[in-house]
Amino acid sequence: MTATETDRTAVMNTFSDMMPEFFRIVRTQKNTHDTFTIELEPPSKIFSFEPGQFNMLYHFGEVPISICGDPADRGKLVHTIRAVGTVTRALQKLKKGDAIGIRGPFGTHWPVNESFGSDIMIIAGGIGLPPLRPSIYHILANREKYGKVVLLYGTRTPEDILYRKELELWRSRFDMEVHITVDRASSDWKGNVGVVTTLIPRSHFDPLNTVAMLVGPEIMMRFTVQELQKRGVAAENIYISMERNMKCGVGFCGHCQCGPTFICKDGPVYPYPAIKDVFVKREI
Amino acid sequence: MMETLEPLLVEHPFLKGLDQKHIQLITGCASNVRFDSGQIIFREGEEADQFYIIRQGKVALQIYTPGRGSIIIDTLTDGEVLGWSWLIPPYQWRFDAVATELTRAIALDGKCLRNKCEADHDLGYELLKRFSSIVESRLESTRIRLLDIYDSNGNG
Repeated sequence: MTATETDRTAVMNTFSDMMPEFFRIVRTQKNTHDTFTIELEPPSKIFSFEPGQFNMLYHFGEVPISICGDPADRGKLVHTIRAVGTVTRALQKLKKGDAIGIRGPFGTHWPVNESFGSDIMIIAGGIGLPPLRPSIYHILANREKYGKVVLLYGTRTPEDILYRKELELWRSRFDMEVHITVDRASSDWKGNVGVVTTLIPRSHFDPLNTVAMLVGPEIMMRFTVQELQKRGVAAENIYISMERNMKCGVGFCGHCQCGPTFICKDGPVYPYPAIKDVFVKREI
Repeated sequence: MMETLEPLLVEHPFLKGLDQKHIQLITGCASNVRFDSGQIIFREGEEADQFYIIRQGKVALQIYTPGRGSIIIDTLTDGEVLGWSWLIPPYQWRFDAVATELTRAIALDGKCLRNKCEADHDLGYELLKRFSSIVESRLESTRIRLLDIYDSNGNG
């Protein structure tokens, strides 16, 4: 294991691994028709995490959800959640003042500090933007330590775009390139239409000195990796965040086992070479 | 003042690496064009007598569907190529193309180029290789979108 990999291994918080702590909701916000954000206050008033890590959220069942707030703001915990199942739909109904159980943070993190001096490509598809947002905050807070910073974001339709105001803010900066595309749109949409991979040739970065961070559906990430490699980005500089059926969060139960690796413990963020078999082998 | 479009064509990614004599042949079929935002470049069913090398700007490819209006199926921007219907019979556009911002492009006369490709098969082969690559990447993009990958899977 390299020093970099050691640095990226899971950072556990002071909270118990298996016992949820109750966090109170201080704010809720509807993002799109099926996606919402909750802000929570930690019982100890402090919650530390690294960009890319996730929590287990408990409310009539447990779900793994990436942390999407600013890692520098330790006074609150932020989760953006897509309501797709029983637990997430129940979470969607909660209001300010309600409490939910939290275990975490779990898992590995984005190599934000290991990428000083490099160009950064952040590529998100759909609900893949929230797990990347903490790394964007961190990179922008330390902007002078990086080369070019590019964010590529693809969604299904313009109505599915998350964090619109922040995207506009980031796009208006002179030191960040932001491209957004959707799969389909009516004729009043002035932005791009097409898959997120089509944005890669339109971006300005030095492939030989670029670290790429990807989150999205696995098919999207597979084609994105291919396109990045076609442009000359080395496989070991491509990091992806995997999503599986995570239950315990600490590598005991085996629900998220993916070949030789447990996504909850060894992931969710991997350098591409460490997980590429998942993309090429079937029945894993 | 620039006298021919040759320097622009030589530098364009679509034609980069082409022989000087082929560039000259293509230049003979080229003209400089600009489209204002909202201007229709071509419409479905019209004769496809040109294609466009976009220098700067953005173009939306649209299809009209009754009841839903015009749906954008793809957007093209700087350095990309608009249109290949000029190459394939019956030489008719299959979609509408609309400039969504001020767009500067080089228009290439399809009929003129087809004749030159018939006379010079090396030129024809070079152009077909380049268009095949575009068709392949747009087909891949379309196939990925057919999967509707951002649909929720109902877990959690």
